[in-house]
Amino acid sequence: MTTRGTGPGDRLDPAEPAGSSSPRAGRGSKMLGSRAVLVSSASTVLFFAAIAVVIVLAPGSEVVAERFFSPFHLEQSFFGTASTPSVAGAFLLNVEIFMISEVLILILALVIAVVRGIPGPVFFPFRMVAVAYTDLFRGVPLILVLYMIGFGVPGLGLGVVSYLPDVTYGIIALVLVYSAYVAEVYRAGIESVHESQNAAARSLGLSRWQSLRFVILPQAVRRVIPPLLNDFIGLQKDTALVSVLGSIEAARAAQIYGASQFNYASYVVAALLFVLITIPLARFTDRLIARDKRRREAGAVA
Amino acid sequence: MNGPALMLENVHKSFGENEVLKGIDLVVEPHEVVCLIGASGSGKSTLLKCINLIEPIDSGRIVVEGEEITAHEVDVNRVRRRIGIVFQAFNLFPHMTVTENITLAPRQALKMDRESAEKRALNLLERFGLLDKWDEYPDRLSGGQQQRVAIVRALAMRPGLMLFDEVTSALDPELVAEVLSVIKELADESMTMLIATHEMGFARDIANRVCFLDEGTILEQGPPERIFTSPEHPRTRQFLGRIIAAGRL
Repeated sequence: MTTRGTGPGDRLDPAEPAGSSSPRAGRGSKMLGSRAVLVSSASTVLFFAAIAVVIVLAPGSEVVAERFFSPFHLEQSFFGTASTPSVAGAFLLNVEIFMISEVLILILALVIAVVRGIPGPVFFPFRMVAVAYTDLFRGVPLILVLYMIGFGVPGLGLGVVSYLPDVTYGIIALVLVYSAYVAEVYRAGIESVHESQNAAARSLGLSRWQSLRFVILPQAVRRVIPPLLNDFIGLQKDTALVSVLGSIEAARAAQIYGASQFNYASYVVAALLFVLITIPLARFTDRLIARDKRRREAGAVA
Repeated sequence: MNGPALMLENVHKSFGENEVLKGIDLVVEPHEVVCLIGASGSGKSTLLKCINLIEPIDSGRIVVEGEEITAHEVDVNRVRRRIGIVFQAFNLFPHMTVTENITLAPRQALKMDRESAEKRALNLLERFGLLDKWDEYPDRLSGGQQQRVAIVRALAMRPGLMLFDEVTSALDPELVAEVLSVIKELADESMTMLIATHEMGFARDIANRVCFLDEGTILEQGPPERIFTSPEHPRTRQFLGRIIAAGRL
């Protein structure tokens, strides 16, 4: 009987440090025991110390410190010089591209998602176009779409359409690609609303469109806000790719500085700027997810 | 309105190979309360969904107040506005308050202005003892309250005919009575109703006529006293016997 009692679970015990079981039991740091706090602090210090040692002891560490983190170059690339653009100033273009694309994506993607869901044989060609659109633009890398739109459309010689600013072609490419992703997010949201909601709306005499507009979409959009914001964090970063069409946005400005000063602190500046605007959006997403969770739990209790 | 409130002629409905309704004939007179009883899967819910045109029928005719609603050119939205239906699962809109739930269809489908739609909603809420819930979201209400709001939502369209699809089946036993009393009140006001239910005691109290559905046909119908005390058909006797054995009659 005693040999039976020592199952696989018991045998694992001696291999594990005694302190490690309590942090796994608790969910947040508030629930950690004092011993666990000690262990976690020690491991944090050791972890970062090890990384610091490796970086400092690396043969090229002094060169890297000068090339990437020189305070002089950090400042100078941030504000720009007589011969190089300010990375911070150029970053405003990223923000502008992001803001404009975001609005257009939200609209176009919704149209695609709704068209894809219209039933009936008459609408078959529309559904087919919507499916083909998402398949195409989710499959082609963004940078290729940028080249094709940015160099292809001007090449057509189509009057005004072919003589737009480079940034506009960049925005069009971003909108085309991201709408395909966001349409799928919307569609998942629409399909997550139970069919009985539609039945209830239609049974009251609402038309198919009224049911979609007032009952299905409001619920669907609420559910997909966190994944939508996640896509927009990706979009914020991908605005840097518009530089391939010649627009001087932050990444491009950083490259210009690096090439003329032989110093890459400008890249660090650009990276920090991207991180800075991403963090608020990421925290906002977290808060929305937490709020949704609270609501669901409140709903389950009631 | 002359003629019956609702008339079904030889209605057939299949889901794939499975024939759920095998030729239903049924007439409901104005102000009549008809209860549909029968085992789960006998076709009660499907029948109600066909009358509300949520499910298209395969053959036969459904006539409401003299108009054939199963004809091709009929505007289903207009027909549904005249027929209220309440479901087992309430199906309130969770993102809207009680008042918004009730006023949505009057405002959008009947084009009522906001003020009169809300007035109508508040009047109905007051009548059914729900006035204090006017600004709550559905997840703050008990199941019984939610189902009463769902009934009010259907009534706000001023339907000529109300369909109830096992509206108490999803409720905790102690919440059943408050919903049934609402339906009783509607019966007292001479609302024409077709009620699918498992509550045999309730059916006996409220119905002018009880129809026993079995495997997609109406096997037997008549006044509740007769159906519940001296059913003619052996299948009806068998069904009621099981209900009595389960202590539900």
